[in-house]
Amino acid sequence: MLMFTLRRLSLFFFTMLLLSILSFSLSYFFPGDVLVNLSGEVNASPERLVLLADQYKTNGSIINQYIHYVTNILQGNLGVSMSSQLPNSDEIANFLPATIELSITALVISMFIGIPLGFIAAIFHRRKIDDIILSFAIIGYSIPVFWLGLFVILIFSIQLAWFPSAGNISLLFEIKQLTGFLFVDILFSDSPYKWQAFTNAFSHIVLPASVIALAPATVFIRLARTAMMEVLDTNFIQAAKTKGLTFTQVIYRHAIRNALIKMVLHIGLQFANLITFAMITEVIFSWPGIGRWLIVSIYQRDYTAIQSGLLVLSSFIFIVHIITDFIYAALNPLARENKHGT
Amino acid sequence: MKLKTFFNTLVKQATYIIIGINLFACNFEEENSIHTKSIVYCSEGTPETFNPQLVTSGTTIDATSKQLYNSLISFDAKDNSIVPSLAKSWHITRDEKMITFYLRKDVVFHHTDYFTPTRKLNADDVIFSFNRILNDDHPYHNVSGGKYPFFQTVKFKSLVEGVEKINDYTIRFKLYHPDSSFLTNLATDFAVILSAEYADYLTKNNQKSFIDTHPIGTGPFKLKDFRSGSFIRYYRNEFYWQHPVKLDQLVYDITPLNTSRLTKLLAKECDVISYPIAHKKITEHADFNLDAVTSFNVGYLGFNVTKPPFDNILVRKAISHAINFQAIIDIIYSGQAQLAKSLLPESSWAHTNNSAEREYSLQLAKSLMEVSGYSQGFSMDLWAMPIQRAYNPNAIKMAKLIQQDLKHIGIKVNVISYEWNTFLKRLSLGEHDAVLLGWSADHPDPDNFFTPLLSCAARFTGGNRSFWCNKEYDELLRKALTTTNLKQRKKYYTKALAIVDNELPLIPIAHSKRYQARISSVHGDILQPFGGIDFSNATKVELTSKFKNNKNNKNNKNNKKQLPLPQNKTTTMSVR
Repeated sequence: MLMFTLRRLSLFFFTMLLLSILSFSLSYFFPGDVLVNLSGEVNASPERLVLLADQYKTNGSIINQYIHYVTNILQGNLGVSMSSQLPNSDEIANFLPATIELSITALVISMFIGIPLGFIAAIFHRRKIDDIILSFAIIGYSIPVFWLGLFVILIFSIQLAWFPSAGNISLLFEIKQLTGFLFVDILFSDSPYKWQAFTNAFSHIVLPASVIALAPATVFIRLARTAMMEVLDTNFIQAAKTKGLTFTQVIYRHAIRNALIKMVLHIGLQFANLITFAMITEVIFSWPGIGRWLIVSIYQRDYTAIQSGLLVLSSFIFIVHIITDFIYAALNPLARENKHGT
Repeated sequence: MKLKTFFNTLVKQATYIIIGINLFACNFEEENSIHTKSIVYCSEGTPETFNPQLVTSGTTIDATSKQLYNSLISFDAKDNSIVPSLAKSWHITRDEKMITFYLRKDVVFHHTDYFTPTRKLNADDVIFSFNRILNDDHPYHNVSGGKYPFFQTVKFKSLVEGVEKINDYTIRFKLYHPDSSFLTNLATDFAVILSAEYADYLTKNNQKSFIDTHPIGTGPFKLKDFRSGSFIRYYRNEFYWQHPVKLDQLVYDITPLNTSRLTKLLAKECDVISYPIAHKKITEHADFNLDAVTSFNVGYLGFNVTKPPFDNILVRKAISHAINFQAIIDIIYSGQAQLAKSLLPESSWAHTNNSAEREYSLQLAKSLMEVSGYSQGFSMDLWAMPIQRAYNPNAIKMAKLIQQDLKHIGIKVNVISYEWNTFLKRLSLGEHDAVLLGWSADHPDPDNFFTPLLSCAARFTGGNRSFWCNKEYDELLRKALTTTNLKQRKKYYTKALAIVDNELPLIPIAHSKRYQARISSVHGDILQPFGGIDFSNATKVELTSKFKNNKNNKNNKNNKKQLPLPQNKTTTMSVR
């Protein structure tokens, strides 16, 4: 387990190194002054520029500059956004929780739909149910997320008026921002309309989370189906059957547990995919998340925001990967023997 | 067999889950009391400031004036006459140079998180509000840039000699010369009353700029929270002097995209939206109403009379007969505007039906062209403004229609448009032959149409793009301003209109309407014929929940039968 941990940590270190070099070099690749690209202070006075030049050591060698760039980041200084002139770290702290909230909800939905359906397909292998579920998976995977988002708004918001189409809560509810995670903030708030706010926030998250969930759910269907089929072919299942357990008992006691372990790894891998879908969906549903913030920054040529958003988002995805690796290793001792990162 | 038992267990479990979800969903049906006492207004932009003295932009006026503040006097929505507001009465001396206002004694300023007033409104507040504009040395004059655009255009400083305090509830304005538009200027959305006590408090704390960003007024709502580009949250002013405010909360959801505003209305996330698109879609729905109010504006085709051939009256007249204006109203304004017969909208008190209707007649146009000596025709540049305004929703399309019409009398039209700022700059240099522009009035006084658009002085200040100057016309306007006798004034303006009609430096095209869409349960006169919107009387009658569908729609219909709905002054287009 020690070797496993060390390997993952070294992988983490080198990935972060490459990421930070890429992000640092962007300041040189983007048009405009390097110091302004690094700090984001567009209207800085000459005195302020001198201070900034010292902070980022722009007069020193490129290695020295890079070291100071990384030091600044590690101290939590991501520069200020070129368009709003607010610190990027504050902006990210504002927007990232909303994205995490949305992605986790979507992940839960896709797991609860995808994995059972995949298992059912495997159990009813080569029967009609299997065919139906598989065709649903293919169709679901082929639908572009932006189209689905607009379609869902048209049907469920405009035609049926079941769910709202924009934002994460009605503006009428005043919820003080504590953690940034809206549902947590609502529970901690002292609003007299707490329960209403909660259901309102819930109704806001249903549509975007379902839209994001569709593609990963179809992936889970196929993965769960394969995993279950492999498990059903193993000797211990055969042994359980010969011991006289009923089919239901075999499935619930042995097959599902073993198939689920295999799924853990895939769930982590799907997370990167999920974030990409979330970014597009956030724009469509005006979700106040980091994806929408990043896309708006790209429109506004807000280089510092793009850099720091990129850095934070990719490190976040990477951290999630490592965590799932650990969970998988904890659940499945065989994986700890894997010499290479996955 | 085995498979079947497994399948049955599965179905059972799925049923439990579905029942669970349904139980949760049922909670959506509980009473949504917060929605019935609040209105969400989807506005088109972020206000620049919270003090209307400093701006003329419609977005800011809509967001602030009538929600946060009151003026000394205001306009009656029905007949545009001047009625008391913070001043319960006023008196004008015989020489019309001194105007005394008697203030109400029961007016309380906003109690907010950032300031709690200790006294009620008195003369000091009024004097502070106007001295801030009048005195360059006033400690607050330069706090937010020192620009008071509305007051600068009406030449407030060269009109008002001073404001003096007679006693705690009486103040007197001294004017250099009589001016009949003075009272109307005081009744506009710009002449709001701020709190002097708040200003003193801010001076002490060295936070002077807060006076325009953290407003304290006397209006029906007070500021609770504001995030630029996102929302404004207003709370009810629980001590509002005029009447109890029925809404608890008023939220401006800032939504610049017009398609998003429409979606939010259809999804019932917004109760009221500004400048709606797809009017037909809205009127088709029983749940929504489309409000329209004819605002005080005019869209026109102006000629540069300093350039031949437009220095020739006959050419201008020929063009006025060759254009099918009704078609323009139908196509550009989708029939939602009034064909302008003169510069003045029909709802102005100075309007008379004397001006003859322009006849669309190619015959007449051609003969006029012949008499003027241009029977061969000529080529001209028609400038079309690049932006949308209520008085002209699509100037470039309009220019193309005119291009087609004028082809018939041998005039070749080149349509020209620049980016808005460049457009205005080059226009003021007189580079154009003719231009499609317009004007929105700040107040109902007819002078607001005559002086800025066509007076000789306005050639230099930028309003008069025709560069037309007529001494007789200017003299009539001056005379009209020095008398307060309405009949007399109307006579002068009728004469002035006749001169414009005869000389035709510009052809008025349309008086357009301003639109707003709302959910049927929202009542009250929100749209005003001029100036900003007003939520002080707005109410929400029955419960509209976003989560409810057909079942509740039926309930809504029942409610409608039971409740006598207040009659809306603004024309409700269609409630099917």
